[in-house]
Amino acid sequence: MQMAARFRRVLIAAGFAGLLAGCTTPQEPLPPGEVFDPYENVNRSVHKLNRGLDRALFRPASKAYVTVVPSPLQIAVANFADNLGNPAHAVDYLLQGNIRMAGVAASRFVINTTIGLGGIVDPATTEFKLPEADTDFGETLAVWGVPEGAYQELPAFGPSTERATAGLIVALFTNPVSFTLTRPINNTRFVAEVFRRMGDRGNFSDTVDSVLYDSADSYAQSRLIYLQNRRFELSQSTGRPAANDSLDPYADPYGDGPSYGVGDPYIDEYSDPYEDPYAE
Amino acid sequence: MLSEVITRRAALGFLAGGMSSLALPRMALALDEQSAMALVNKLVADITKVINSGKSENAVLRDFDRIFGKYADVPIIARYSLGADARRATPAQLREFTKAYQSYISRKYGRRFREFIGGRIEVQSARPIKAGYEVRTLAYIQGESPFEVIFLVSDKSGSDKFFNIFIEGVNMLLTERTEIGAIIDRNGGDLDKTIADLKKAK
Repeated sequence: MQMAARFRRVLIAAGFAGLLAGCTTPQEPLPPGEVFDPYENVNRSVHKLNRGLDRALFRPASKAYVTVVPSPLQIAVANFADNLGNPAHAVDYLLQGNIRMAGVAASRFVINTTIGLGGIVDPATTEFKLPEADTDFGETLAVWGVPEGAYQELPAFGPSTERATAGLIVALFTNPVSFTLTRPINNTRFVAEVFRRMGDRGNFSDTVDSVLYDSADSYAQSRLIYLQNRRFELSQSTGRPAANDSLDPYADPYGDGPSYGVGDPYIDEYSDPYEDPYAE
Repeated sequence: MLSEVITRRAALGFLAGGMSSLALPRMALALDEQSAMALVNKLVADITKVINSGKSENAVLRDFDRIFGKYADVPIIARYSLGADARRATPAQLREFTKAYQSYISRKYGRRFREFIGGRIEVQSARPIKAGYEVRTLAYIQGESPFEVIFLVSDKSGSDKFFNIFIEGVNMLLTERTEIGAIIDRNGGDLDKTIADLKKAK
């Protein structure tokens, strides 16, 4: 009964998300190399805010975290956070029709919660050689064919797209951990996730700093890096090849020739990298 | 649809093969899967050695500059990063830009070498692309799950060089083109100022 009610909740939320995600698409094909970013002015203000938050809070806290907390403990915290995500990943993989990865995510949760001492150790990877399970409802929407929508930068959270944001909202309302475990676990997962991110921010401080503080246009850099990486991850799960061959600087050394943008990951995230741009 | 794609690929492969045998009598020297992978193997071995050498930051950056110049097709990468603006650059400006760009890239990416101490990169496979070969590698860094790094290799410059890198889908050519574009905008389109800016950029 509870299961059915829960499923209905997911469906309703999904419908809502589909509505949200479906609301903005480019009116006509974009010029080559352009990002669909109709909210750029708002996004840039949010980016300024996020940079301020990072400089004042997140960056110093993360630096302190990786200085004070020894590396093995950081890894335990990251493992713990990853493990708590597995039930949600299992549900998302199921919704994507990926039975194999749903099984992987469920097995990871069972193995790491028991043998892995509540999730702080990761025997699912080290002993059982299970692949990494990482997905979200935004990815489920992508598999279902919902368009990516406009680019967004969310306060405190960072880069996103309309589709990814819709996925986040759905995840907030339908966390499957609350179904199997008690409420406080939600907060635990959130806190563990924040610490995990602090570990990443602290350990890769130079790289993040170079994007946020050293680049000439940190907004454009963050947007580009996020979109490329997100599309790369989605193309892995949808089984479509990433467009690694879309730029050929030998055929088009200035990047403004007729072939530019054909198979451009910006325009068509699922294009065939072998497609011949000169074929009629 | 699928068959169309397959035929097209086959035709492309046939054409490319036929053309190279016509154009290049020295077939044995031409880039192939094996030599593309060998090039990347040598490149990552050199990088790993420098990262773990224990040298000072300045010495490491000098080494990276040398490695980048040796293994990368810097002129084509620089020109692509400059984009359409490269069309109005004088030959002298383009030369100056390329020089400044090589050092800028070495400093920018080289300065983060400490994050990769103790890591390694393993070459996995190669497959043909339009301009040459795509070489797939996996990078192992402590505390992270292995991630994909792809090198695109070509011999179109006259020798075997890499011309693009993808780190988990993030494309160096596009990223740098966006960054250089922003620097040009900041300088009101002035290429000399852009070159000067690049020289002092971190």
